[in-house]
Amino acid sequence: MTRTVITADPGDVSVAAQTPGVVAAPQTAETLLEVNNLEKYFPIRGGLLSRVVGNVKAVNDVSFKLGRGEVVGLVGESGSGKTTAGRAILRLIEPTGGQVLFNGTDITRLSKGQMRDYRREMQIIFQDPFASLNPRMTVSDIIGEAMQIHNLHPGKDRVDRIAELLAKVGLRPEHMRRYPHEFSGGQRQRIGIARALAVNPSFIVADEPVSALDVSIQAQVVNLLQDLQEELGLTVLFIAHDLAVVEYICDRIIVMYLGRVMEIAPSRELNTNPKHPYTEALLSAAPVPDPTVKRQRIILEGDIPSPINPPSGCVFRTRCRYAIDDCAKIIPELREVGPQHFKACIRDDIL
Amino acid sequence: MTHQGEVLLAVNGLKTYFNTDDGVVKSVDGVTFHIKKGETLAVVGESGSGKSVTSLSIMRLIPMPPGEIKDGEILFTGKDGVQRNLVTLPEAEMRRIRGNDISMIFQEPMTSLNPVYTIGDQIGEAVMLHQGKTKRESLEVATEMLRLVGIPAPEKRVNEYPHQMSGGMRQRVMIAMALSCNPALLIADEPTTALDVTIQAQILDLMRKLQQEIGMSILFITHNLGVVAEMADRVVVMYGGRVVEEGDVVEIFKAPRHPYTMGLLNSIPRAGDAAHVPGQPKQRLEAIPGNVPNPLNLPPGCPFEPRCKFAVEACSEAVPPLFDTGGGHMARCIRWQEFEQAQVEVNA
Ligand SMILES: Nc1ncnc2c1ncn2[C@@H]1O[C@H](COP(=O)(O)OP(=O)(O)OP(=O)(O)O)[C@@H](O)[C@H]1O
Ligand SMILES: Nc1ncnc2c1ncn2[C@@H]1O[C@H](COP(=O)(O)OP(=O)(O)O)[C@@H](O)[C@H]1O
Ligand code: SF4
Ligand code: SF4
Ligand SMILES: [Mg+2]
Ligand SMILES: [Mg+2]
Repeated sequence: MTRTVITADPGDVSVAAQTPGVVAAPQTAETLLEVNNLEKYFPIRGGLLSRVVGNVKAVNDVSFKLGRGEVVGLVGESGSGKTTAGRAILRLIEPTGGQVLFNGTDITRLSKGQMRDYRREMQIIFQDPFASLNPRMTVSDIIGEAMQIHNLHPGKDRVDRIAELLAKVGLRPEHMRRYPHEFSGGQRQRIGIARALAVNPSFIVADEPVSALDVSIQAQVVNLLQDLQEELGLTVLFIAHDLAVVEYICDRIIVMYLGRVMEIAPSRELNTNPKHPYTEALLSAAPVPDPTVKRQRIILEGDIPSPINPPSGCVFRTRCRYAIDDCAKIIPELREVGPQHFKACIRDDIL
Repeated sequence: MTHQGEVLLAVNGLKTYFNTDDGVVKSVDGVTFHIKKGETLAVVGESGSGKSVTSLSIMRLIPMPPGEIKDGEILFTGKDGVQRNLVTLPEAEMRRIRGNDISMIFQEPMTSLNPVYTIGDQIGEAVMLHQGKTKRESLEVATEMLRLVGIPAPEKRVNEYPHQMSGGMRQRVMIAMALSCNPALLIADEPTTALDVTIQAQILDLMRKLQQEIGMSILFITHNLGVVAEMADRVVVMYGGRVVEEGDVVEIFKAPRHPYTMGLLNSIPRAGDAAHVPGQPKQRLEAIPGNVPNPLNLPPGCPFEPRCKFAVEACSEAVPPLFDTGGGHMARCIRWQEFEQAQVEVNA
């Protein structure tokens, strides 16, 4: 697998510009995953009859495309809807609206049975290496479980396949018979990666795969993910909050806030030339590991508002230093502001 | 920000061990460092390296048993100007020091606030205890403190419970509580690790402002090298229960003398780094191989030896001493001079 080269494909871009709600084309010609107006509301029930009294609007009108072999980052503060979006795409939770086209098929309309073949193609790596592995299962059971479900590598073949996967993630075959508690955090995350790879997926959602790890171990896991992505040609949605790590391994980055997409751009472009005020603030807030750099930060006031009652108009307006009256009235469309660069902000006279 | 020379806290040869079923865990094994007045000292190191145990030893909050301060002294000069050894101080006197002279912000804000008391009661309690104020006066102080840490509508918030606040707000409450008695030393154990970068920026900004106003010293424990670069005047790097490097923050980042510190600095991507730039060979992060050491089974020599790419035979013979590499910079590595030489050559 060769890496996708960053080229602005004029054909793709013009299509995106003409089709409202279908934007942010990937950098490769071939689209593997297309998410259109994805929505996930969690009902809040209350009162005697347990009626729905409101909704947590965790993911609201999210659209983007991933090219085959692309690594795309999904960043934003906690509660911005990253995990919910990742899980809704895989139908680990059911979206309440929108489409998820995988290889052109809208998987949100498939029955459980029809979904099985797609489950094999789409896997997830969880954030918490301590909570995501069943303590009562051996490593071999954990990795073998999905193969069992999908009837892959039956019989003696399965043990060989598990050994091969363990080697791939830098563990040893004899680790097969051990239990999760016998491993360190970094090793458990490797087991989680091996589990995701067990069924030969083409698409992986990695939900903060290194956030819980020590700095020295983070680098090992980042390198491993990068090598595997390359070797297997995986398409990866990499959820994280550390922008430096995301910039390092991703081709493009999607920035979310309060359930909505704020900005999408190639990594380098997003970091050097952010066009959305929220991205600007997020970049400015990240501490720089260089004591000789003293810079003026943009300190965002207050907390992320409640997704039950998000602000009208632009959801970021209550913390935006550029907000004007119109920001309360209009929900900004995600629109193209440069090659491969999209933002949901009504102002063009800033940044 | 340093007030030339005046040492507030000196930890000398501290050894804190835990007696467990599997054997003795030497969590802190001969740790020495000091903090000057008004200074921020960052302590970095990976999980289990002994950072929290060091700070809990200073606060004398180590559970005994199974814990035990085996050796060493912790010399602290209180607001009254008297120097005391906290290791041997009677518990009654230690209680006066805690919260009044030395305050601590813990790693997990939710678990360290009591869910059944209001925010005002919790901040007020320390004020009543240490400053002999009435309940009403202490509530006023609490309200003022909440205002100081930037909580909106403090008159209202003071009567709320912890669960009614977000993580960032709870951490502000912790800071308000810790600062309510104007401590001389604030120990902050990963105060922002559980928070978003935007909230982290608010809290760090707040801590810096308050430090300038109150003039306190800060012992700042963190994994995050960005936070270290931003907050610290000096840095102590711990590994396997020992200090392996110590020095001025700029020196540590520019001219590290210990391979573990070098490895940590190399393992983080910097802004502008990209794994793959079109037309260029793919990059990899320079990871430190292997795992965090098992505290029950440390190697006989240099504790970093199993993971060190510079290890030579002599490294496994004995634990290297802390070498003075000049200018207040110390490193526990027998090969430090070669790194200095190499850096001189690179820079030439
Ligand atoms: N109550 C205890 N009983 C037994 N061992 C303990 C106890 N508390 C700490 N330890 C051990 O002491 C060592 C140092 O722990 P400490 O909490 O200081 O690590 P740390 O550097 O703060 O790590 P982290 O970055 O994960 O917070 C570890 O090996 C830990 O398991
Ligand atoms: N099962 C659920 N029920 C109700 N609300 C939820 C549920 N899961 C997530 N949420 C809410 O949805 C929002 C987005 O959450 P999440 O996707 O976990 O954000 P992120 O991963 O970006 O931190 C948050 O406000 C969260 O509290
Ligand atoms: S639309 Fe208005 S409030 Fe929203 S980001 Fe742009 S300027 Fe700020
Ligand atoms: S003493 Fe040897 S093993 Fe230890 S850090 Fe130095 S070179 Fe590495
Ligand atoms: Mg999440
Ligand atoms: Mg700790």
